[in-house]
Amino acid sequence: MGKTTAQKIFEAHVVDRPFEDVQVLKLDRVFCHEITTPIAINDLIARGRDKVFDASKLKVVIDHVSPAKDSNTALQGKILRDWARRHNIKDFFDIGANGVCHAIFPEKGFVRPGFTVIMGDSHTCTHGAFGAFAAGVGTTDLEVGILKGVCAFRTPKTLRVIITGRLQPGVFAKDVILALIAKIGVNGATDKVIEFHGPVIDGFSMESRMTLCNMAVEAGGTSGICMPDMRTVDYLWPFISGEFSSKEAALAEYSRWEADPGALYDGTVELEVSQLEPVMTIGYKPDQIKTVREMKGTPVDQVYIGSCTNGRYEDLKEAAAIVKGKRINPSLRAVLAPATSAVFQKALDEGLIKTFLDAGFCVTNPTCGACLGMSNGVLAEGEVCASTSNRNFNGRMGKGGMVHLVSPATAAATAIAGHIENSPLFQG
Amino acid sequence: MKNFTGNLLFLDRSDINTDEIIPAKYLTENFKEALRPHLLEDLKIAGFESGRDVKDKQAIISRANFGCGSSREHAPWALEVNGINIVIAENFARIFRQNMFNCGMLAVELPAADINDIFLTFAPGPARLTLDFAADCLTLQGAGAEKKYAYSIAAFDKSLVEAGGWVDYADKKY
Repeated sequence: MGKTTAQKIFEAHVVDRPFEDVQVLKLDRVFCHEITTPIAINDLIARGRDKVFDASKLKVVIDHVSPAKDSNTALQGKILRDWARRHNIKDFFDIGANGVCHAIFPEKGFVRPGFTVIMGDSHTCTHGAFGAFAAGVGTTDLEVGILKGVCAFRTPKTLRVIITGRLQPGVFAKDVILALIAKIGVNGATDKVIEFHGPVIDGFSMESRMTLCNMAVEAGGTSGICMPDMRTVDYLWPFISGEFSSKEAALAEYSRWEADPGALYDGTVELEVSQLEPVMTIGYKPDQIKTVREMKGTPVDQVYIGSCTNGRYEDLKEAAAIVKGKRINPSLRAVLAPATSAVFQKALDEGLIKTFLDAGFCVTNPTCGACLGMSNGVLAEGEVCASTSNRNFNGRMGKGGMVHLVSPATAAATAIAGHIENSPLFQG
Repeated sequence: MKNFTGNLLFLDRSDINTDEIIPAKYLTENFKEALRPHLLEDLKIAGFESGRDVKDKQAIISRANFGCGSSREHAPWALEVNGINIVIAENFARIFRQNMFNCGMLAVELPAADINDIFLTFAPGPARLTLDFAADCLTLQGAGAEKKYAYSIAAFDKSLVEAGGWVDYADKKY
């Protein structure tokens, strides 16, 4: 019988089956940030168990509030920093060298096909873009992961999603994933891994695959997974070139994680995207969408470009192409938060930052910040934001605020127009 | 084991997310107790006022996909420090459900028909819940009625509740 990618990864990592349908997996990576990890650290200390299972497998970043905005967040940073030093965790990224976790960890080459990854962050599903099983967990699972290097999961069910057709210009991975969530609903993939297939995914860059997998959890998915291919190898090559004689050899090794042709799925969803237009969310749930065309003219107070969904270089480049030589409409303000220090540096070197500054954007340091109403662009009661992030829950970016989730291209066009607007790239 | 008996809070809506259970701005707190006054403060349901309605409740019943969104264990913690150790719903988001059991708390799934019946019979309360953990059965009393509902939870989840959570369980075993 054929196997799904998740089944293969589980089989290769299972260390215990304490009950039918529960598998305890060995972890290749435990990622940590300063919001969900300090309470785990404090609990380990209180238990007299201040240990880590393998410092080389822990990757740690301060990202949610960076730099600290008050005494509480300064303490969270301090607890994490002291802990990383105490346990000699080499890969700790403090402010100045940091970035949003799901952007910086892939950028550093920490995720490989076939890996098991957990983090105390729901958007950990992003890393499935590399053919890994990557799941968001709570602080208790994180604590056990840090101490023991294991995590328990129900035996995975897999939803196969096949994206067919050809995207029109101006339609991006963000539009595809919003359309998929709208089709299957906010709990359409609960307790399931979403395996992405089809020519559209094959044609996507790794950045676009990360955007896609990032929002798997918005449909309830445990992890999004894309099949490893030559694009995966190309992205990882700077980090793996010492391990393989050639890219072909790396691909041959990674291909074993590909789902088998006869794999048994818990369901299959096909999405034909040739007619898909740029879309946006309209309510307080990510499955409530309309086309940007239908919503054109909707007033907006703030535009936000950034986050683990759409704060990578490719996203900034798409937005900058629309903003270049123009000014944002004075009726709104626009915030750009490059997702990592490296993205910021490259955008600076390539002139993108100047483009955004000339247009009147407020350019901030890398941080999760405004996406969850923490800092760097929080909304006031009654305000509306067109945002490239991933959640439009009521009050998400600030109590009483409203969020429309959009692609970077739509966000940029909206900033220039002063209201919801399609990008000139879309001619449909 | 924690206490699973007490007064029921009715939250008649699906997809109640973790931002509604405890807003992200409180995730900067380093101690669970600080979450106590903020449970459900951003939840908007007609007639619901968190400050008034959370008081003296020990259990919650809601509809589908309870706890969707963020992975924050602050959501179960905010319930726990308010003395609420059990949530009953049609189903749960995976991470929230696991976080509940990992803390030795109960996330009980009932069929939609039973959930409907509970809302029809007992909402808006007052209603009292008692739980027979060994028999996987809960009893509701209120509005002159008393009804029993059988549920099932996975053996692993049940053992976590008995062990008081996942850290003790895993530390002994792995």
